[in-house]
Amino acid sequence: MRFQPLDLFATALPADKRASVYQSTKATHEKRTKLLFEQFADPNRLRQRAGEIKQHAIENLDAYLPAVEKKLQANGVQVHWASTAEVACETVLGIMRARKATKMVKAKTMVSEEIELADFLGRHGIEALETDLGEFIVQIDHDHPSHIVRPIIHKNRREIAQSFEREGLGAYDDDPQVITTRARHFLRQKYLQADVGLTGANFISAESGRMVLVTNEGNSRFCLAATKCHIALIGIEKIVPRDSDLALLINLLGRSGTAQDLTVYTEFISGPKSSEQPDGPEEMHVIFVDNGRTEVLASDCREILRCIRCGACLNVCPVYRQASGHAYRSVYPGPVGAVLSPILMGSRFAEKADLPKASSLCGACHEVCPVNIPIPDLLLRLRHRAKEEGVAAPGTPPMGAWALLASQPMAWRAALFGGKAMDYLPRSLLPIPALHAWEEKRTLPAWRGGEFRKWLKKRPGVKPR
Amino acid sequence: MATCLCDAFYDDVAVATVEVLEHLGLEVGFSEAQTCCGQPAFNGGDWDASRKVVRHTVRTFAGEDPVIVPSGSCAAMLFHGAPLEFEKERDRDEVGQLGRRTWELADFIVNGLGVKTWPGRYEATVAFHCSCHSRGTMSGEAALALLTSIAGTRILPFGEGEQCCGFGGTFSVAFPHVSAAMGELKLEHIRAVSPDVLVSADMSCLMHLGGLAAKEGKPVRTLHVAQVLRDALNYKGASSG
Repeated sequence: MRFQPLDLFATALPADKRASVYQSTKATHEKRTKLLFEQFADPNRLRQRAGEIKQHAIENLDAYLPAVEKKLQANGVQVHWASTAEVACETVLGIMRARKATKMVKAKTMVSEEIELADFLGRHGIEALETDLGEFIVQIDHDHPSHIVRPIIHKNRREIAQSFEREGLGAYDDDPQVITTRARHFLRQKYLQADVGLTGANFISAESGRMVLVTNEGNSRFCLAATKCHIALIGIEKIVPRDSDLALLINLLGRSGTAQDLTVYTEFISGPKSSEQPDGPEEMHVIFVDNGRTEVLASDCREILRCIRCGACLNVCPVYRQASGHAYRSVYPGPVGAVLSPILMGSRFAEKADLPKASSLCGACHEVCPVNIPIPDLLLRLRHRAKEEGVAAPGTPPMGAWALLASQPMAWRAALFGGKAMDYLPRSLLPIPALHAWEEKRTLPAWRGGEFRKWLKKRPGVKPR
Repeated sequence: MATCLCDAFYDDVAVATVEVLEHLGLEVGFSEAQTCCGQPAFNGGDWDASRKVVRHTVRTFAGEDPVIVPSGSCAAMLFHGAPLEFEKERDRDEVGQLGRRTWELADFIVNGLGVKTWPGRYEATVAFHCSCHSRGTMSGEAALALLTSIAGTRILPFGEGEQCCGFGGTFSVAFPHVSAAMGELKLEHIRAVSPDVLVSADMSCLMHLGGLAAKEGKPVRTLHVAQVLRDALNYKGASSG
């Protein structure tokens, strides 16, 4: 029996990594739930409402995108459209070159991970430095984030202290306070040297062109303090219709993602610095990134575009907790990643078609999602798509014979009564891989096929239909 | 609907379901033609195969009578899963009609019939595993309400009750290591409260958890909600009622 790659990855994961991912996600999930249910009479109604707002927004992008472009331009922002990762990277490079800029400080943005911007800029001689502490550590380790909100959930402080020592940031010391202080000292000078600050956006309002950035470290503010040019990379699904929608979404984002009422910093940015403002970028660019999103919009999984990248579904997911983020081989791990990553592969869907199967369909992700995405339904649709496209799926038993049996009552009854033979046959000789996979970890109850039907025959009260 | 799992392995759960429904004064019908709800293929992505089985189920359970299932998972397949895979099918209305009159057993007793307390007596400490298919439905609360109301039964809450047991149908054989690890975590929480019996509304969860525990050589006693209800009624000296 061939096992799925995610299952093998989880098996090989060191116990201490699994324990730290589990402890950390569990603690955040529990705090999130406590907070929401203590503070709101009906948090589920809020999730539904937020889902409706985002669903409306993504279904009306054709109206909202031109509207936000107009607003942004009126606010003095230069707007760019990037259909693919390549175009997005080239656009950033073009802006850097036009300014003869060689140094960029970056706030945490998942879309920049998605388009692999830092590596691209590095290859073109531009230093693109991550300033979020977790992302900075990922960068110096040439690693990848393993969680949407907590990129280094898979690392412990000893590993981080070793990395800092290797990078010349001080002798080995795994005190978190020391690590943080060293990163701060190193990054401060970088903020001052950089020409351009790059951020993502958590939301952007079509009504005003106002974008929202939330962080806990304040690094995005530093990215925009000394630099003269601000580039914001924004996925086209980040749009919300009105400024007033932000109230609900920001309330849900902090609580769902990090179990905070509000993240430490919440920035609202409408454009470059005005003449009355003493500091800040004089030039601002917004690059709207598609990179497969319109394909998602056209699919029967479009609800996934509501996602506000809070990571609550990762935190609650029992599979993520066992396997950790890198098991998903994608920028977006966990339940949301299991939906989004295969679709974003476009014509190479098959390469990640195993991810939607990496779920017991327990529905915990749907239950916590702040925008109420029916993730299990979407996983099922993608499983169906994989079957339709003939993607080979290791470990999934073929269903044709079963369907034949289960739609012919005579054959079904014969199998029920005949199945007893299984108890007498040597299991190892049975050519049923699924049975072996089951019995490696669990026992199977004794076969009682047909016993209920025999009982019924002697039961006068039960009417045959 | 007996469910294929009870048909093959857990006949006593089906028996208990009949006895519980008859206790409530209902006339129980059983179609010999019934097979499976179609969920295995639906979850596996083979919707053509699944729809074939669902169509058979729709024919078998034609009519207006409520369909009672001693499984949150099979019930959810009929009222949620099947409509999803029939969205673009011409016979989606027939499928929807069956879904709307399909009930998980405890949900039916509490929310369908309005019976909120259970007579008789059942002396045990119970760990109740709320199966995942009852998320977003009234089933979990209904089963818990009935169990709590039984004289002599004490419910023992345990850690991370909202987490999945790890079964997930074909998931358990396609991802056996992750699946078993999830189950072991669940067992750890359950064992920490030392219940006399582990109870659930889904035999699939119990087959997985019970099978894991037995394989470890530390078996756990498992019962379906219907069996506890039936056993409470059969308590000697209990007034029927």
